[in-house]
Amino acid sequence: MTAVLAAQALGRKYGKRWALRECTIDIPAGHVVGLVGPNGAGKTTLLKLAAGQLEPTAGGITVLGGRPGTTPAQLARVGFVAQDTPVYAGLTVAEHLRLGARLNPRWDAAMARERIARLGLVPAQRAGKLSGGQRAQLALTLGLAKRPDLLILDEPVASLDPLARREFLQGLTEAAVAHQLSVLLSSHLVSDLERICDYVIVLADSRVQLAGEVDRLLAAHHRLTGPRRDPDQHVISASHTERQSTYVVRSDAPIHDPAWTVSRLSLEDLVLAYMDNRRTVLEVQR
Amino acid sequence: MIWLTWRQFRGSATMVAAVLGVLAAALALTGPSLASDYAAGIADCTPDDTCLDFFDRFFGEYDLLFLALTLVVLMLPALVGLFWGAPLITRELEAGTHLLVWNQSVTRGRWLAVKLGLTGLAAMAAAGVCGLAVTWWSGPLDRSAVPEMAQMAPVVFGARGIAPMGYAAFAFVLGVTVGMLVRRTLPAMALTLVVFAAIQLAMPLLVRPHLMPPVTGTFELGGENMDGLDAPSGGSVQIFLRTSAVPGHAGAWVLSSKLVDPSGRTISSGYGGAGPSSTIVRAVPVSTTSGPCSPQGLPAGGCTAEINRLGYRQQATYQPLERFWPFQWIETGIYALLTLGLTWFSFWWLRRRLS
Repeated sequence: MTAVLAAQALGRKYGKRWALRECTIDIPAGHVVGLVGPNGAGKTTLLKLAAGQLEPTAGGITVLGGRPGTTPAQLARVGFVAQDTPVYAGLTVAEHLRLGARLNPRWDAAMARERIARLGLVPAQRAGKLSGGQRAQLALTLGLAKRPDLLILDEPVASLDPLARREFLQGLTEAAVAHQLSVLLSSHLVSDLERICDYVIVLADSRVQLAGEVDRLLAAHHRLTGPRRDPDQHVISASHTERQSTYVVRSDAPIHDPAWTVSRLSLEDLVLAYMDNRRTVLEVQR
Repeated sequence: MIWLTWRQFRGSATMVAAVLGVLAAALALTGPSLASDYAAGIADCTPDDTCLDFFDRFFGEYDLLFLALTLVVLMLPALVGLFWGAPLITRELEAGTHLLVWNQSVTRGRWLAVKLGLTGLAAMAAAGVCGLAVTWWSGPLDRSAVPEMAQMAPVVFGARGIAPMGYAAFAFVLGVTVGMLVRRTLPAMALTLVVFAAIQLAMPLLVRPHLMPPVTGTFELGGENMDGLDAPSGGSVQIFLRTSAVPGHAGAWVLSSKLVDPSGRTISSGYGGAGPSSTIVRAVPVSTTSGPCSPQGLPAGGCTAEINRLGYRQQATYQPLERFWPFQWIETGIYALLTLGLTWFSFWWLRRRLS
């Protein structure tokens, strides 16, 4: 199966600043991929590059085997819900569906109508009068009803309250299963992604720090607690108190050294360890 | 895409169409009576050769309306650039909706092509209808206007014929392009207005006089190019030479007008006092103690003939009225080329930079 997204040394510069650089990833199809990283890490840049909204400055990117955003056919295969879920304030909900139907050859009108009805959105209401959650749902409906093979969402839940957040992510998961589509979504909160993602990419400092299936990553990482000495394994992050040290290490082999107390990591621990990574490396060098 | 463009555009389009419809209806109702008044006046004045008086009276009666309509046609392209052109893209960029629409199964190039095409054609249609309706209505007034307000005069030329269509197309695409570069609606509107106004001023001042080589001619002095003589004193007569009319070429756009002496040298001396508007005052050395130019001889009216006999002439460069339509086509063509250039640039910028 071809990769949904393959990037080679992908980079994008704004003026003199690199928003994303040396990004090489290969995401297989059929996953719900979480893109996580602190604010300003380059998440939006990567997603816009994948949706064809931006042109790369360096390297290359293919999405579903094609160059993003170049042809109507390619655009039809990739759905994109931008940050803050923009919709036309002056158009009604029904007009947004009409817009989708007019501009997308694979438009699923029945599904769109059914979704809008189930969400309780009033077709005659202007989109500018919708709440943040309703607007996000409308934007998601537009993204889903064009029947893409890959749906990209940039911080779709950032402006939603916890309840709306859960409903949105639940709806997204159901749709992903029902239509067998791959999903790539970003968030700066791991807890949003933990529930629905089975593949994760950690972006920090404009670079990809970690990418892989969640299960495998969790199986390959361990937290070691014990006396202060360098472990034999590859250290991702370290923290020290007077009495003991805690390391996050990567190792595919089981750890038998009795000096360490070994415990499993949650996804959040893992992601934070990688976001911390750079700072730790600097400290170790010192 | 056409549906979406129309949906976003229909509000302002309907409003403009309504305003233009009312204007056109008013012109259609009053135009015929204006034309018949003119025809009747001409029929009256021709036998006793008082048509210049009739023109003055007739034009004076309608000059405010004439100016107001001319102003409407001149401003329409600027308004189109400001309110249709500049916000076309910036509105999407400011609301972030470009990210929504650019991800439908329509390429960005097609999106821009439909938006530019549909709105641009509407802009040209609006300016075309408005310009041609006003041209038709003003016909009798154009034929009786004072030289400074004739069809070839800078202010009037741009409000007649097909030129407004060219201006509107250009102003619209200028607004779109500036909007793409500036990305914010209000600054884009301001900048569009400044640039468009500068170009509209530069065109008649710097470019239009040279669209075709102007004609230079030397003319005897007379009622058409002279606005009278000043009471002679000290061996010279002050002549008020018109700067906007030449004899025998009614409606010509006079670019320069000066008084030359018998050997062809320009006379630049004259007393500093102000004459009637659109004239220059020049001193001609002539006997003022006796003969037709003396205070006693002046009422007999032979002084002008005497000055002509001595060889003083008006030397003028001008664009004759017959060039009105060639100029309209050339100028519209220039604006069409500018429009195409900016259109090409806006597509290029959309692909290269706005991504």
